[in-house]
Amino acid sequence: MAGIVAGLATSHVPAIGVAIDMGKTQEPYWKPLFDGYEPARQWLAEFDPDVIILVYNDHGTAFSLEVIPTFAIGVASEFPPADEGWGPRPVPAVKGYPGLAWHLAESLILDEFDMTIVNEMAVDHGLTVPLSITCGEPDEWPIPVIPLAVNVVQYPPPTGKRCFDLGRSIRSAVEAYEEDLRVVVFGTGGMSHQLHGERAGIINEDFDRRFLKDLTANPQRLIDLPHIDYVREAGAEGIEMVMWLIMRGALNDEVEEVYRHYHVPASNTATGLIILENRP
Amino acid sequence: MTGTSEFEDIPGTYLFNKDRCHEGYHLNMFCMSLIKSENRDAFRADEATYLDKWPLTEEQRRCVLERDWLGMIKVGGNIYYTSKLGATDGRSFQYLAGAMSGLTQEEYRDMMVSGGRSIDGNRSKLEKD
Repeated sequence: MAGIVAGLATSHVPAIGVAIDMGKTQEPYWKPLFDGYEPARQWLAEFDPDVIILVYNDHGTAFSLEVIPTFAIGVASEFPPADEGWGPRPVPAVKGYPGLAWHLAESLILDEFDMTIVNEMAVDHGLTVPLSITCGEPDEWPIPVIPLAVNVVQYPPPTGKRCFDLGRSIRSAVEAYEEDLRVVVFGTGGMSHQLHGERAGIINEDFDRRFLKDLTANPQRLIDLPHIDYVREAGAEGIEMVMWLIMRGALNDEVEEVYRHYHVPASNTATGLIILENRP
Repeated sequence: MTGTSEFEDIPGTYLFNKDRCHEGYHLNMFCMSLIKSENRDAFRADEATYLDKWPLTEEQRRCVLERDWLGMIKVGGNIYYTSKLGATDGRSFQYLAGAMSGLTQEEYRDMMVSGGRSIDGNRSKLEKD
């Protein structure tokens, strides 16, 4: 049977992808950030999961404002990298895992999470930057990915509780899947940042560090956190962090934090990365 | 409760709520069109004519043509869309953020390297006054 074995959360700042693509990771501005990613790469390579369920948000790429699905799951065999205005990132196409993806879509909907099912979509930096952070620059991505896109651009995004509960439902669905698969869930986005308005550039390290700490041992505080607290304290775009709660909800109550990294800045953003393994 | 008035108390912040989405829909969809290379070329060739395809308000047109980045946000632009216009111009998110907050790209970059804009004094308009 399949099972979720670990979770990883990370920021997905587009400039991180640019730094990788332009070969700038060893420059003084970027080196401390990428040094902190190295243990995560080693962890993922050694942990060697069979599938990643990657929770991210589309930034006006596949969906735009024409259609705004709150939760969407990609069931295709392949997802091409998107052109976000600069041309597509020079990274491989993302390989899907249609069997488990369709099983998840069916299970989640029957469990009353009304997913949008997506057969074709380009994936933007929200999905490809976390893969670059954790897998480096391979010719082919080493692990198939099931994209799970969450609306956090148009207010209101789903609540933290709804995200956590979706994670719970994902866990149940994965555990009911017959193939023997070790699944890792990625939550992405954040940490504190604001990209627009006169308040652009806001960073709140105290908020971020408490968020990282409570994700492991006190997720209930985060489940209860209202949107206004994210926007006020972590910046308007910091609300992406609700997506980390989908990852947390998919794990056991008891988890072991095996790695944590925090760095300011990457472009406009405070970056965090955390790895949690399920305790048996 | 679906109102977002409490968010308006946050200084320098324009929550992308139902009103802004409604007001800025065509502005944002113009920006969205720029994810296609051929559209970027057509826009660069004749900006004013290209803009005629979208029913923008006069103020929205002005903001686009003058690259008034904060102005675009105030008339319903969303940063993930206006940044596509920025990308068409070869401008980074950092440049746009500096422009919206009255800093040069260098000043803004230095602020971020020094730990970013402080949250203290920036939580609430009431707190600020």
